[in-house]
Amino acid sequence: MTDGSAPSGDGAAGNRSHRFDRLPATTEDRRVPDRPTRTGVLEWWDERFGVDPSVFENHTFWERGSGKIWAFAGESPSPVDIEGLGVAFLRTRREHWKPTLEAVQRFGGHATRNVMALSRAEAAAFLAGEDQERDWDGDWGYLVVAHELAGEREPLGVGLYVHGELRSQVPKGRRRDFRED
Amino acid sequence: MPDRRVLQSHAAPGAGGAENEGVFTGRVHRTRMDVLARYEPLVDDFEAFRAACERPLPSVVRVNTIKTTVERAREALDESGIGVEACWHDELLALPDAQPGRNWPYVHGWLHGQEEVSAVPAAVLDPAPGDRVWDACAAPGSKTTQLAALMDDRGTLVATDNNLGRISALRSNAERLGVTNVAITHEDARNHSLKPFAADGATEDVEYDAALVDVPCSCEGTVRKNPDTLDEWTLSHVEGIAGVQKGILRRAVQATRPGGTVVYSTCTFAPEENEAVLDHVLGEEPCEVVLLDLPLAHAPGVTEWDGESYDPAVANAKRIYPHHNDTGGFFCAKIEVTGA
Ligand SMILES: C[S@@+](CC[C@H](N)C(=O)[O-])C[C@H]1O[C@@H](n2cnc3c(N)ncnc32)[C@H](O)[C@@H]1O
Repeated sequence: MTDGSAPSGDGAAGNRSHRFDRLPATTEDRRVPDRPTRTGVLEWWDERFGVDPSVFENHTFWERGSGKIWAFAGESPSPVDIEGLGVAFLRTRREHWKPTLEAVQRFGGHATRNVMALSRAEAAAFLAGEDQERDWDGDWGYLVVAHELAGEREPLGVGLYVHGELRSQVPKGRRRDFRED
Repeated sequence: MPDRRVLQSHAAPGAGGAENEGVFTGRVHRTRMDVLARYEPLVDDFEAFRAACERPLPSVVRVNTIKTTVERAREALDESGIGVEACWHDELLALPDAQPGRNWPYVHGWLHGQEEVSAVPAAVLDPAPGDRVWDACAAPGSKTTQLAALMDDRGTLVATDNNLGRISALRSNAERLGVTNVAITHEDARNHSLKPFAADGATEDVEYDAALVDVPCSCEGTVRKNPDTLDEWTLSHVEGIAGVQKGILRRAVQATRPGGTVVYSTCTFAPEENEAVLDHVLGEEPCEVVLLDLPLAHAPGVTEWDGESYDPAVANAKRIYPHHNDTGGFFCAKIEVTGA
């Protein structure tokens, strides 16, 4: 798999909002200061959630706008100016990186750490955007929130655990209220 | 085809054709049948056709095999107390009594609301994992996401549309279903450029292995879903849009490698937008209209219409009428690219 070492991929122009730039493989290949690297992204998923880097061997990572990382399984030169490239995957602008709901639903099944399993009623509250008090002996910060569906644990979205509380990070457009069902 | 839902869903009081007429104004109702009357010479059982066009459609979902399996999706629906009925294709499930978007498997991106006939073209194109595929008129992405699932979310799927509002719906469908192999472009498909997707370092444009051409059309076959579809019908609109269809299909044939496949589809009955478009492109580009297998009842493409006659190969295309399988109306042709 090739990576962001392509000379065209990392020009002096830095981040332009409509353009996708492939992430450089490592910090040595990096030409835009502070741009995350493929290695950094793989290490983060591994450290935070125990997702093995091989899970992403068919995907390249791209930045569009500052700190918005996308995962793409196809082939494209870099940079490329188009409307979409795979799925929005990770936010890296703040100190604590935050996975998207789409990334967690698509790849969170491989997580072995920092996965909080909810009951059906708790999952309904989470999906409705409700924050809930909970005990948790894992790390604080962003978690994969899962519940059981059709006999298996299934990742549902991203939660933020702080101060004894699970805060739902389900984006407004993706919330549903199944609490009465 | 078993027409289980004709009895099960549509015989319910209020859902039959006669009662349904009350929903529309007399004027709209007459207009709609006036338009469809032009197809009387083409349709085997016009009364059944007409009656089917007046019944609403049940909701159908497609299981997104990028995120789950058909078995688990059925199990999850069952857990939610939602009854399903089988359709012509394994991955399609009819939900006679439920809103397709209000259940757990939907929230997980396991399901996508998609009409039964709308699943035909991607199944006919049947791309393989790793292929390069172009979806020329992609938004809002029902067929794009089905193509991605057939490709096992591998290879490169370029999805084009010329309408930015619809592209945002395409993007959100692709994301909800977890499609990672799609690149979305905003272009007029008639002038689609291969340039942006040459692989890194490639000096020549790389052609596609396959293309889906699900063109904008007069949508006559969607009357069951949108009863007012035909209110604005005019022959000059049909003729105008046929020009766009010809341009898009020609570009797709040019952009596909010799030996590759192009599938052309519409949700309309008008031969001007169907067989006439195929006939035109057969005359202009090196390609053939080939036979396709379809496990749904259908009629062959028509070779004569309104004083015109078309290349006999257009009979290989399929016309699906609403009364055939209790679905929407549809047209689908499989084209093989022969020359360079
Ligand atoms: C029948 S719809 C496509 C439905 C889509 N394939 C699906 O399965 O969800 C036709 C689409 O063609 C788009 N369109 C119309 N003219 C176009 C053109 N010249 N180039 C590209 N797209 C066009 C419309 O915006 C519309 O989204």
